[in-house]
Amino acid sequence: MERIPILKMGEYLLVTIQVDMHDRLALTLQDDLTSQIVKHNAHGVLIDISALEMVDSFIGRMLGSIASMARLLDAETVVVGMQPSVAITLVELGLSLKGIRTALDVEKGMASLRGALSDSKRNGASNSQH
Amino acid sequence: MVHRILSTEQHQIRNSEDVVEVRQLVRKKAISLGFGLVDQTKMVTASSELARNTLDYGGGGTASIELVENGRRSGLRVIFEDQGPGIPDVDLALTDGFTSGNGLGLGLGGAKRLADEFEISSKPGAGTRVSILRWK
Amino acid sequence: MAEASALASSSRSRLANLLYQREQDIAENWLKRQEKSMRRLSASERRESERQSREFLGLMRNAASESMDASSSAWEPVRDFLTDFSALRAKSGYSPSETATFIFSLKQPLFEALRDECGKDADALATEIWTITELLDSLGLLTVESFQKTRESVISRQQQELMELSTPVVQLWNGVLALPLIGTLDSARTQVVMENLLDAIVKTRSDFAIIDITGVPVVDTLVAQHLLKTVAAARLMGAECMISGIRPQIAQTIIHLGVDLGGVVTKATLADAFSLALRRSGASLTSAAKNILSAEN
Repeated sequence: MERIPILKMGEYLLVTIQVDMHDRLALTLQDDLTSQIVKHNAHGVLIDISALEMVDSFIGRMLGSIASMARLLDAETVVVGMQPSVAITLVELGLSLKGIRTALDVEKGMASLRGALSDSKRNGASNSQH
Repeated sequence: MVHRILSTEQHQIRNSEDVVEVRQLVRKKAISLGFGLVDQTKMVTASSELARNTLDYGGGGTASIELVENGRRSGLRVIFEDQGPGIPDVDLALTDGFTSGNGLGLGLGGAKRLADEFEISSKPGAGTRVSILRWK
Repeated sequence: MAEASALASSSRSRLANLLYQREQDIAENWLKRQEKSMRRLSASERRESERQSREFLGLMRNAASESMDASSSAWEPVRDFLTDFSALRAKSGYSPSETATFIFSLKQPLFEALRDECGKDADALATEIWTITELLDSLGLLTVESFQKTRESVISRQQQELMELSTPVVQLWNGVLALPLIGTLDSARTQVVMENLLDAIVKTRSDFAIIDITGVPVVDTLVAQHLLKTVAAARLMGAECMISGIRPQIAQTIIHLGVDLGGVVTKATLADAFSLALRRSGASLTSAAKNILSAEN
């Protein structure tokens, strides 16, 4: 069965979504990510959506679910590379993606995760939300 | 609204792969009409919301993608139809955040905001018909 | 009505016949008339005109052998030719009359040839002239419509380009963009401008964008909404938008309109916003740079 590949990058996991996902594929991704976070004791998840030309409420909910589940497993999530036309459409749609960190690209996403991690180490508490 | 229909293409909505195909078809038609990227994305996203509604709440149905003309304007219209249980209170359903099942609502309000023209007719037991249109 | 159809079928073959037998005369006569009613053409323009005219007569001859109804499928090649012809003329800077003249100046040459053909038969001549007049008039209208459509699309494209040119995005620093908005903003222009800003954010990988509205005299609800939507979209993408240049009157308008700026950073001057962006991006300011910024305040 087709799956979206998950790459391990140090203590982070990188997911690059390059296909127009149907619902089952999206749900499989959620499951895969959860098990991979646990398996590698990952502290951060980067979801690269720079190839996505559309994000609807279903995908928005998927991103939110991933972020929530990751947080329960002590990992922070950042969504990177959202295209301007997608962002404009999401604003019009009324989808806020609250509680999800975003960054312009993978490099800035990692910097954001590093900042989040050092914050949490300093505070000794769980990661704060966006 | 009376518009002249230049062409129409229908697609079944039976499963989630169909939802993907419908939005890819909408993208293709929007590009052929010369829509800018943002307008394309708005129609594709609205279509995705409505196609998913047709599948999840309507038990499956059809999407009809039409190139229309009204005087000097040309536009893209997509009509979603199902023979499902229908929506008891359409006005309530159009309110943001309305939930009849699990999830964040029917996406109707969002689809309406992304389109220039929006029409819906639905009665319990008589299915649902939603139409969205965007002018070039 | 047998008589009418007999007349009609003879009309069909008459025009087609005319064009078969007298094409050279008609073409020469026609070209002369076209040139008379237009501005002076260069040698290459004249050659092109000649080529187009001959091609058109050929297409017309073929169509007329089948039907005298300009809207029928037999005349589609003629209609397509005229649509392309007018569009080309519109883009090349010809006037609407110069373009329509192509068709209308064909009337006289055809009538003269007809008169020779019909000889003493006045009824036949009258019927023929009327049929051909109807035909050429509808083709002439098609030409004008096509010209119009092309002109409109050229103008709207030029307007678009003008909008994009007149509001450039400026890179103030590594990772900090500024968009100084000047003049009144209408809905269409604001949308284009905002899309350009978001594209620039991606291209320059800027974490901060400052929209400066010092030069905007009036901010109405629509403009305010566009500004807010842009800020929200930039945030979704991972960049921070600030709004600077809010004059007291604008501030009052925004409050009165009930627009909720919900968490958007606003500063009175571009310099303030720039200073904040630099601080947030972790850049350290030397005292020289600090002086420059405070001088601008």
